[in-house]
Amino acid sequence: MNPIDALFRDLRAAGRKAFMPFLTGGDPDLAFTKDALTAVAAAGAHLVEVGLPFSDPIADGPVIQASYTRALNAKLKLGDLFATLKQTAAQPGWKTPMVAMGSYTLIYKRGAAAFIQQAKAAGLSGAVLPDLPVEEAEEFAKVAADHDFKPILLVTPTTSPARAEKIVKACGGFVYVVSIVGITGERDRMPVAITDMIARLRNLTDLPLCVGFGVSKPEHVTELRTLVDGVIVGTAMVRKLEQAGQPGQREKALTELKASVQALVVALNPTP
Amino acid sequence: MSSTLANAVSAVPDARGRFGEFGGRFVPETLMFALEQLTDAYESAKHDPAFQDEFRRILADYVGRPSRLYFAERLTREAGGARIYLKREDMNHTGAHKINNAIGQALLTQRMGKKRIIAETGAGQHGVASATAGALFGLPCRVYMGEEDIRRQELNVFRMKAMGTEVFPVTSGSRTLRDAVNEAMREWMSTVEDTHYIIGSAIGPHPFPMIVRDFQSMIGQEIIEQSNEQIGRLPDAVVACVGGGSNAAGTFYPFVDHEAVELIGVEAGGHAKGLGTHAATLMHGQPGVLHGTFTYVLQDDDGQTADVHSVSAGLDYPAVGPEHSYWKDSRRVRYCSVTDNEALDAFYLCSRLEGILPALETAHAVVETMRVASKRSKDDVVVLCFSGRGDKDCAEVARVMTERDKAGRQKTS
Repeated sequence: MNPIDALFRDLRAAGRKAFMPFLTGGDPDLAFTKDALTAVAAAGAHLVEVGLPFSDPIADGPVIQASYTRALNAKLKLGDLFATLKQTAAQPGWKTPMVAMGSYTLIYKRGAAAFIQQAKAAGLSGAVLPDLPVEEAEEFAKVAADHDFKPILLVTPTTSPARAEKIVKACGGFVYVVSIVGITGERDRMPVAITDMIARLRNLTDLPLCVGFGVSKPEHVTELRTLVDGVIVGTAMVRKLEQAGQPGQREKALTELKASVQALVVALNPTP
Repeated sequence: MSSTLANAVSAVPDARGRFGEFGGRFVPETLMFALEQLTDAYESAKHDPAFQDEFRRILADYVGRPSRLYFAERLTREAGGARIYLKREDMNHTGAHKINNAIGQALLTQRMGKKRIIAETGAGQHGVASATAGALFGLPCRVYMGEEDIRRQELNVFRMKAMGTEVFPVTSGSRTLRDAVNEAMREWMSTVEDTHYIIGSAIGPHPFPMIVRDFQSMIGQEIIEQSNEQIGRLPDAVVACVGGGSNAAGTFYPFVDHEAVELIGVEAGGHAKGLGTHAATLMHGQPGVLHGTFTYVLQDDDGQTADVHSVSAGLDYPAVGPEHSYWKDSRRVRYCSVTDNEALDAFYLCSRLEGILPALETAHAVVETMRVASKRSKDDVVVLCFSGRGDKDCAEVARVMTERDKAGRQKTS
């Protein structure tokens, strides 16, 4: 069974919700990526999304783009990132599923089959490709299915019901529900329309529904807890990577990252 | 024409926005609704005589179309071969072809009931064109422009601001056109409900490459009519510069089914051949995705977009419109590149011989036009799409020439 499917099966059986932090690979460097992944897993993160830095990420806000730029300025190569993920996942007792998030051109460059083989060997169980809409995702989804690799697609507030139906059919692992119209980043409060959107999606699919884009605070998580199967927090985590790149801040950033994950896991699952 | 209508080179894009294998939509789901809405609005406008009449009326009364097709006698004598004609897009209001598309898309904005426009710009010509359309139609306008380009194109920044447009400096990445497109697309994702993004080149997700091409196609259509009137037949060759490729798309598109007409696209060769020293995407790039379309892209072995260089801010782009990728692979258009230095020399040559200062983008096409003309017989006719005037580049040319002279003196001393 794919580790993502196993995770949500177990969480649902226990009545718990997934907390899924996003971390850019290679920011500020690969050694920190390994430490940060290990720290968030130890702090209770259920699944980690690893951002594959890209030079022109149109779906991401300024914080994540700046993070990608830092990683690429440090000459990050995708092959080296995969090697680090492999080492991370090979640590004794590691059981946190990881998924990649990246722009489609990085996959196209390697070829879908080669990318998926390398990603799986690195311990990744699926990928979110925010610039690959369902119309263009057919081939990737087919190759992914052959390798038990999950193509995780996005549904947004502007998605029509007809499109949403197509998207959830092509999607695997979980549905990435975008809570707001716009790019990744933090917002003060969650939009009201999310409740209706989740209800409509529940009628279309049994896949877990996880909400991202604009989630950053424990209050947001509390609002969402009863509605969804998991939440994804990106920008707030990436700020800690930025901090880790400052002289003498690595340990502090790691401690704060851990504390932040613990707080969000508890907000999502208040009763142990 | 030997090809039938259905498989003609011009019968693109298909319903998915594909030009052969190129094009399509590679954008976040958030934008799909807006792109479908835009596709529908454009399809209905395209077949609405009232819309087309209004577009033509503004182009005639405000822009000053049709632009002239002018026989450049002294350039012809200098090249010593085919007769050279200039399609004078530089004589349009605002000084370049960019205004054609900006007016068309501003009309579409009104038709969709949207209240505000945003745009990106490199050399500033599309920014100025959008600012102009914003002023003309009373639409608030914001233009994204790389910090480096703001420095290079001071005059156009002033023009935009004078017309009430907000010029938004882009400080991410290489601070040029490519980053301005990223920022504009990002903004559009959060303002899509009341804002239209007037993309300036034949790039981006479907339907933009098609819309921009169509709104520029009067260039090629007028060349056909004017050459029939002036020389009694079609030209033998047509030359245009290619950055994103909007003036070339509009110039070439009405010609692609006329197989006897040679079409030549000219890219920016910068100052060397290595990645990062030029912007010759079709000469040196590989297929990939940038700014929502599948097309040739200058990229490294991981698929990261490469840095580009050109003396011309308008050609300084690491990808190219998907239809050009299609024309390259189907061999309908021949693409070549011209270096910074060759373009600078042509800037002065054209100014001295014809009394017309070309934009640095256009100067690239002047170089290849002279080459093509020199190899062809005196009975042949070569048309150059004179995409823009050079006023905006004067300060930058002066600066670069001073540097070049200094470097030249150091080499000889």
